[in-house]
Amino acid sequence: MARTEKKILLMGNPNVGKSAVFSRLTGARVTISNYPGTTVGFSQGYIRLGEGETGVVMDVPGIYNLEPLCRADKVAVEMLNKGDIVINIIDATNLERNLFLTLELREKNIPLVVALNMWDETRHKGIEIDTKKLEKELGVPVIPTCGLTGAGIKELVERLKDAAKGDFGTLTRDQKWEELGVIVNTAQKLHHHHHTLLERFEDISTRPATGLPIAAFVVYLSFTVIRFFAEGLIGYVFEPLFEKFWLPLMEKLSSVLGGGGFVHDILIGSLIGGEINFGESFGLLTTGLFVPIAAVLPYILSFYLVLGILEDFGYLPRLATQVDNLMHHLGLHGYAIVPMILGLGCNVPGAMALRLLEGRREKFIAATLMAVAVPCMAQIAMIVGLVGERGGGYVALIFGILLTILIIKGILMNRIMKGRSPEILWEIPPYRFPLPMAVLKKLWMRVSGFLREAIPYVLLGVFIVNILYILRIVDFLSWFFAPVLSGMWGLPKETVSAMLIGFLRKDVAVGMLAPLALTTKQLIIACTILAVYFPCMATFAVMVRELGVRDMAKSAGLMLLTAAFAGTVLNLLL
Amino acid sequence: MKEMYLTQLNTKQTAVVKEIVGGYGVSRRLESMGIRPGKRITKISSHFWGGPVTVLVDKMKIAVGHGMAQKIVVEV
Repeated sequence: MARTEKKILLMGNPNVGKSAVFSRLTGARVTISNYPGTTVGFSQGYIRLGEGETGVVMDVPGIYNLEPLCRADKVAVEMLNKGDIVINIIDATNLERNLFLTLELREKNIPLVVALNMWDETRHKGIEIDTKKLEKELGVPVIPTCGLTGAGIKELVERLKDAAKGDFGTLTRDQKWEELGVIVNTAQKLHHHHHTLLERFEDISTRPATGLPIAAFVVYLSFTVIRFFAEGLIGYVFEPLFEKFWLPLMEKLSSVLGGGGFVHDILIGSLIGGEINFGESFGLLTTGLFVPIAAVLPYILSFYLVLGILEDFGYLPRLATQVDNLMHHLGLHGYAIVPMILGLGCNVPGAMALRLLEGRREKFIAATLMAVAVPCMAQIAMIVGLVGERGGGYVALIFGILLTILIIKGILMNRIMKGRSPEILWEIPPYRFPLPMAVLKKLWMRVSGFLREAIPYVLLGVFIVNILYILRIVDFLSWFFAPVLSGMWGLPKETVSAMLIGFLRKDVAVGMLAPLALTTKQLIIACTILAVYFPCMATFAVMVRELGVRDMAKSAGLMLLTAAFAGTVLNLLL
Repeated sequence: MKEMYLTQLNTKQTAVVKEIVGGYGVSRRLESMGIRPGKRITKISSHFWGGPVTVLVDKMKIAVGHGMAQKIVVEV
């Protein structure tokens, strides 16, 4: 018997914990962080409402009011027409501002329930809320919840059936604020409370005199920890595993296959000095598995662990505030740092987070800068592995070059493109101690996402490389592109295959430089160009969706131009 | 009683928002963050070189871009 499912919308201000409640209601795994704008797309999940009835729950991106001021708001407001019930999630520690949306929602002809989320935080903030009174004043059910721990979620589901749709009339904005004053005064009591240690730290990390050094220290510490942890995993866990257990198997397979031939080349690759080399052989079962698992995965793991802790602690909005004035010179505002940081993990979520930015110009600049100058962790891992052998300073040099490109290109785009960079106006959430379980859950989500998406593409990349070599297509391409590669950039023409695979996976592309016996200078130029010239396919697809075909074409043109220019300059300077 | 722009307020000083000298869009955006005439706000910090001003409204901390902070008139 087909029955239409009830559509339940989760709506509320940014960063009130909608995604946490969503995850509790549906069991679905979604990213939850302590900063406004974590949810940029829709998530949708199912919920059992009792007696065999199911509902669809939709996690709508946060909005402050139903008057759409930007595109993301508009999408959220349009969702309203498709829903059957709205769960309005509000931050209990900030009633007045949150309830404005409630009053607006109440005027829409849709059953409404209010979830007083972050209930656990009210007590130590000295806030006392009488839910019964609030319920009476609002005329809709009010249920205290805590999305992170799951408290109150059961009651919330049970009371969905009481969702009220009434005739509340239409108030003007001023009337709404007036009514809110009455409601808040009736239902809420404020007590004096002492500043906690965490709140003191909030203050010193906001003020520029202390905040900037703290920001620098946090960034430095993060990368040190990421590197230490990742190198440890590689050196003590993953490499030994491959060498001790996988290598003997592969050696057996190699001798069974006769040490050469078509199948051997595809599966094992070519033998380097008569032996299998996981970095250079380039077979599906050797390099194809070694790159994503032993070289890249450790970095992904430690990066997302550190990022998850910073996100849940609530540091990102503060970092955004510290860099706001600098970012204005690049035509962006401070919050554009968020897509960039996410892009360091993988450019795909970074590109999706571009929706946080309001204007078309700002989005274009941020997208172009990210695609050009923010290498993803997979690529970084390979660069550290490959270039690090020649000396850590060279790795630093590559990052220095990329940062220089980012700054110069940003300044140029800001000067040349008409328009101005919009102003930052963001809520800075309080610091919260990350819950270990929540951090681990998010880490697992991201890492398993990486494994699911990266391994097939890496294998595909390695497979294509072999086919290209076997069919001698590489010979043709390297002859064709030799003027650019050798003439302008001073690279051997064989690097063309790496450039080609770079469209698919950047980590494989960097790995392909390993067998080429490049000089350090060539290696630095090749790594820089691989980072700059074009995003990988997956990122490209998301960027087209976010920017539109026309802007993406322009952006891609700029990327190729930057690569051509930067490569030539480096070839002359180094 | 002295009127000034939010940018001119001293750090840690509390004032009452008098008016927003800006268009409809700016007023609505500020209002939705809780900054509207009659509200008490405390300046937490301001950044040099045209950086953002951080304020405390109710119990929320909000970062306001420099240009926008110049549109907020407060009364001390």
